[in-house]
Amino acid sequence: MRIVVVGASLAGLRAAQALRAAGHADEVVVIGDEARAPYTRPPLSKELLAGAHTVEQCDFPSDEVDVSWRLGAAAAGLDRAAREVVLADGERVAYDRLIVATGCRARTWNGPGAELDGLHTLRDLDDALKLRAALTDGTPRVAVVGAGFVGAEVASTARRLGLDVTLVDVAPHPLLPLGPLLGGRCADMHREEGVTVKLATGVQGFRGRGAAGTGGAADRVPAAGEHDRVAAVVLADGSEVAADVVVVALGAIPNTEWLAGSGLTLDPGLVCDATLTSLDDPDVLGAGDVVSWPHPLAAGETIRVEHWTNAAEQGAAAARNALAPPAERTPYAAAPYFWSDQYDVKIQAVGLPGRAERVELVEQSPEGDRLVAVGVRDGRVVAAIAFNAVRRLAWYRRQLADPPRVDELREAVAADSRSLGMPPAEVVS
Amino acid sequence: MKVHVDMNLCQAHGECVFAAPDVFELHDDDSLTWVEEVGEDRRAEVEQAVQVCPMMAIKLEG
Repeated sequence: MRIVVVGASLAGLRAAQALRAAGHADEVVVIGDEARAPYTRPPLSKELLAGAHTVEQCDFPSDEVDVSWRLGAAAAGLDRAAREVVLADGERVAYDRLIVATGCRARTWNGPGAELDGLHTLRDLDDALKLRAALTDGTPRVAVVGAGFVGAEVASTARRLGLDVTLVDVAPHPLLPLGPLLGGRCADMHREEGVTVKLATGVQGFRGRGAAGTGGAADRVPAAGEHDRVAAVVLADGSEVAADVVVVALGAIPNTEWLAGSGLTLDPGLVCDATLTSLDDPDVLGAGDVVSWPHPLAAGETIRVEHWTNAAEQGAAAARNALAPPAERTPYAAAPYFWSDQYDVKIQAVGLPGRAERVELVEQSPEGDRLVAVGVRDGRVVAAIAFNAVRRLAWYRRQLADPPRVDELREAVAADSRSLGMPPAEVVS
Repeated sequence: MKVHVDMNLCQAHGECVFAAPDVFELHDDDSLTWVEEVGEDRRAEVEQAVQVCPMMAIKLEG
């Protein structure tokens, strides 16, 4: 049985490893559009961007994985009738079982100023190296548009490099899924570190140096064939934020265009059942950021999770299920885990904070620097979020296997000698 | 088999503790300790810990 994995990042790599670990001895082909062997992405906004990690430190050990790597080969189509993946150059790769692990790409800015030099997105290693080069070329003024996890981490890294940083988001607080209480703390943290934070602030576009120049020596009309460089972010009210480097961090889009016309259900992620098997074809499974699948913490509604651990675990789970007949496949139902490092704060979360109706603080250290909050929906805990409190988070993670009512959880925390302490009474949001 | 953790890489995510609670332990100061010599009966869970460590800090020998 020949198994083809499309996507050679974390989910695809873990799928390939799990196929071999499960004893699958037949051919495994892993197709990836990047020419580079699999690497880990979390450092791209943090350690690599800061210069603390080298490119080599981001490489996964993948040499010993005994599969046929087809790197630098983008999948362009899927012919399910023929059971073939069609590559961009027209070559066809036959499969008996297919694992779709094509991930996401960064959403780009398509409005005014999209053509300007100096606009960056951050998704892959090349993006990170270009951004690092821009951040370390003199002392550029940096504007980050979008205060989600990538935007907030880039702002943190750029600020710690000593740069002037402005963080802009149309939302009322950063890290939208974490709610206003923790998002507000995140905004405070960035402000205390010296970042200019502009919330509830829309962006019209970006202005180049050549147009309506600011009078500096660099202002000139670009020559033919040369792009103008960005000079400012134009905000919704017409005011401007001067910037030499702009990072557009507006989220990610699943890479499923190559599946259009295949007959597979797309939302736009690849819609799968609880066992990561596509709804339309038992020989096609999915893993990682690209997959929409029903999760028990979401009351069986489909979710898509764009986090490292989900990609790692789903890659392995999809591989094991690909080797089994459909009736013997097992659900993937782990509570998602993710983290974000900003300045000296490690934010870690389990569950589905984005589905919470509110986020409540349940523990806080007397100094206020460590805390745990829970996301609540219909009275039950659907997520736990920790700031600098990893050891506590493990306990909450176990609770999510059978989500307790929030009042029950609060009673258990109050009786737990390992609790960080009771938070002040302010705090429900 | 022997378990190695590169503490220069470890960032106390706690994923290994969740995967193999009898082998890895996180302490109050977020430091990690682990059982260095592990029996075969624990191989599956320690391999899981290797796979889910976001920092790729855990190595198995033997």
